[in-house]
Amino acid sequence: MSSARSVAPACLEEGRRMASICNACRYCEGYCAVFPALERRLSFTDGDLAYLANLCHDCGACYYACQYAPPHEFQLDFPKIMTQIRDATYRQYAWPGLLAMLFEHNGLVVGLMAVAGAVDFLLGMAVFVGRQALLSAHPDSTGAFYALMPHAIIAWTFGAVFALAVAALVVASARFWRGIGEEPEAFLSPGPFSRAIDSALQLEYLRGGGDGCNNRDDRPSQARRVCHQITVYGFLLCFAATCVATVYHYALGRHAPYAFWSLPVLLGSVGGIGLLVGPAGLAWLRARRDPALAGGKQIGMDWGFLLLLPLVSVTGLLLLVLRETATMGAMLALHLGTVMALFITLPYGKFVHAVYRFAALVRYHVERRRPLPELGPE
Amino acid sequence: MDSSHNYDVLVLGGGNAALCAAINARRAGCSVLLLESAPKYFRGGNSRHTRNLRCMHDAPADVLTGAYGEEEYWQDLCKVTGGQTNEELARMTIRHTATCRGWMIEHGVRFQPSLGGALHMSRTNAFFLGGGKALINAYYRAAEDLGVDVSYDTEVTDLKIKDGRFVSATAAFQGDHREIHASTVVAAAGGFEANLAWLTEAWGPAADNFLIRGTPYNMGRVLRILLDNEAKSIGDPLQGHCVAIDARAPKFDGGICTRVDCVSLGIVVNAQARRFYDEGEDFWPKRYAIWGRLVAEQPNQIAYAIIDAKSMGKFIPPVFPPVKANSVRELALALQLDAHALEATVTQFNSALRAGSFDHTVLDDCTTDGLQPAKTHWARAIDTPPLFAYPLRPGITFTYLGVAVNDRAQVLWRDDHPSPNIFAAGEIMAGNVLGRGYIAGIGMAIGTTFGHIAGTEAARHVIG
Repeated sequence: MSSARSVAPACLEEGRRMASICNACRYCEGYCAVFPALERRLSFTDGDLAYLANLCHDCGACYYACQYAPPHEFQLDFPKIMTQIRDATYRQYAWPGLLAMLFEHNGLVVGLMAVAGAVDFLLGMAVFVGRQALLSAHPDSTGAFYALMPHAIIAWTFGAVFALAVAALVVASARFWRGIGEEPEAFLSPGPFSRAIDSALQLEYLRGGGDGCNNRDDRPSQARRVCHQITVYGFLLCFAATCVATVYHYALGRHAPYAFWSLPVLLGSVGGIGLLVGPAGLAWLRARRDPALAGGKQIGMDWGFLLLLPLVSVTGLLLLVLRETATMGAMLALHLGTVMALFITLPYGKFVHAVYRFAALVRYHVERRRPLPELGPE
Repeated sequence: MDSSHNYDVLVLGGGNAALCAAINARRAGCSVLLLESAPKYFRGGNSRHTRNLRCMHDAPADVLTGAYGEEEYWQDLCKVTGGQTNEELARMTIRHTATCRGWMIEHGVRFQPSLGGALHMSRTNAFFLGGGKALINAYYRAAEDLGVDVSYDTEVTDLKIKDGRFVSATAAFQGDHREIHASTVVAAAGGFEANLAWLTEAWGPAADNFLIRGTPYNMGRVLRILLDNEAKSIGDPLQGHCVAIDARAPKFDGGICTRVDCVSLGIVVNAQARRFYDEGEDFWPKRYAIWGRLVAEQPNQIAYAIIDAKSMGKFIPPVFPPVKANSVRELALALQLDAHALEATVTQFNSALRAGSFDHTVLDDCTTDGLQPAKTHWARAIDTPPLFAYPLRPGITFTYLGVAVNDRAQVLWRDDHPSPNIFAAGEIMAGNVLGRGYIAGIGMAIGTTFGHIAGTEAARHVIG
């Protein structure tokens, strides 16, 4: 094992206590996958709790339905303990373990990373191409990006960092998968895997059983689910834009900047708007979240990601609009810097929730194909 | 709460029946004030602990499987009440459950298939998504959206009744007593199970050892005021929904998770380490409804359900961990029972067993021979360590003593005349339909039916 800190024992004991109450009650079974998964167990190992915590989408429905929620003497705040355990699993399974410390003060880490990225690129360009070139207008934008920053450098640095980030995520999720007690081959069982993709694409378990999830009070709404999916699809479109542009560059020999109506620009623009609108909605909702649902340390992490995503998008869209003006150089540096910060923090920030939660969903669908424990009729 | 306002309908109570009445009256155009004695976070009376509605239906309908007709429903009710029911009101209730789900859904309630461990109820009972508190939350949202005024932490201390008619109510709110005038009143304030003094009056000192599984706010104040004002009482103060629950449960409000469902898998002994009733008599619904009362009749109102390793994990896991031991003697010491007596009971039980094939899903042929009391099904030796025990106490969920009503939910006076403007719904009048025993989901059926009727009739009285 690395230096990864394991989940605080007090947090796990509290999780076990609450899960035992839920297992005896079972009223929340219809809200999400967590309770059916919980009911398959008579007791809860640390791995079980890590699994349940990452299967939990923090929809909050169970909290408002709970007859044992505070101030009841059982003090059952299930979403909160799930958030705490989930947060701890991010640190526990991070790879390399030393970088788990980036989850401490994660909002600050992400913010500093974004600033450092932008400043680095700005300084780098100023040094390599000179201030004059950086600040001159580019009426004929063809080839202008690469005059400031050679394409090979962009492709190789970003490609390398992205590959490292993906590797860190793969190792972390493999560690998580082992930690919750599953065999490696189970992850790729086709049925469960495709069901998990389906659950993720629809964000099935933020539906709160149908009417939506909770945010401010007991009134359900689809707002959080919709904003989340706008963000997800925005992210995926931006990613697709990058992939298409790479194909254009290497396979077709067509070099950026691309025309406004070209596929990479269209995909990137629509995705970029999604990455503005989605996170803005999520931030608006986050600020209004019932404190009972808002986990402690996770707040900074949430905000870091919710601000970084639109920052990437805004700088990208500004670059598109301003690419024929004197500010193009600065915009390019800002955009590349924030993208770099996003890539670097992918395995050490809010993004990891997607990876662990997906693994938990696969596990859920794997388990559903196994027989239930045999209980006598109530 | 605006006490200067003269409301059309004043609803006393804040659970399912109260909200059904308030919403219906408001929808009919009345101004409605609802007084809930609990603070907001404990609102909803015992409804917050419920989970389903027993529904009549002639064909599979949304979450309900098969068919459950009026006659079968009525027969089920007759079986448990032993005839202590009013057939007219009972059949009204049964029929209403066939149609009320649409109303419930319209006001935000969501249904779901039967919970894990309760699949055998999928034909008779429609489960609420998230349970009763989710239902209550939905009704409060609906009531507030419609413009029902709600006042929490507001306790009714007196009712002014003149010539059989309601005039006004006095309510304590933040230490201040206010008189509230309204044209009609709906009493939907629950039973008296949280009123320990009243329970003692009915049960004697045994009541000290009862746990109250339901809300701590059902003090029976409104019920007492009505009875003191010559309302006709119905039901027996000794009757209620009383189940055996874990003795370590909180004094109040432990709800569903305090149940212990392993009685049929082992033996149950009292404080003298003696068995006292056939643990294998019947399935859960019947068992559930009688064991609270059985434990209440034992010395110190305590009993211990004992199982061995064979049965562990074969029932819904209780919320508290079992007492665990490697021998009968060790278990007796841990439970502070007489070790010789417990050894004798277990030995006697084990040696009375007749060979059979164990099957927990049917009334199997594993029985005892010549043992008093017998265990007639699921009897298997207590012989495989570790042994486990769960201490049990009577847990009262709700009481049946109430006020008599007619088919318009009007409260009857002792001379059988109805009050023109006093209505009752829910637990406060449940004894009209359920005078004894219990079947799952009947409380919500009564509350919903009479809540709707009371709200509609109150509005009719006001608006005409």
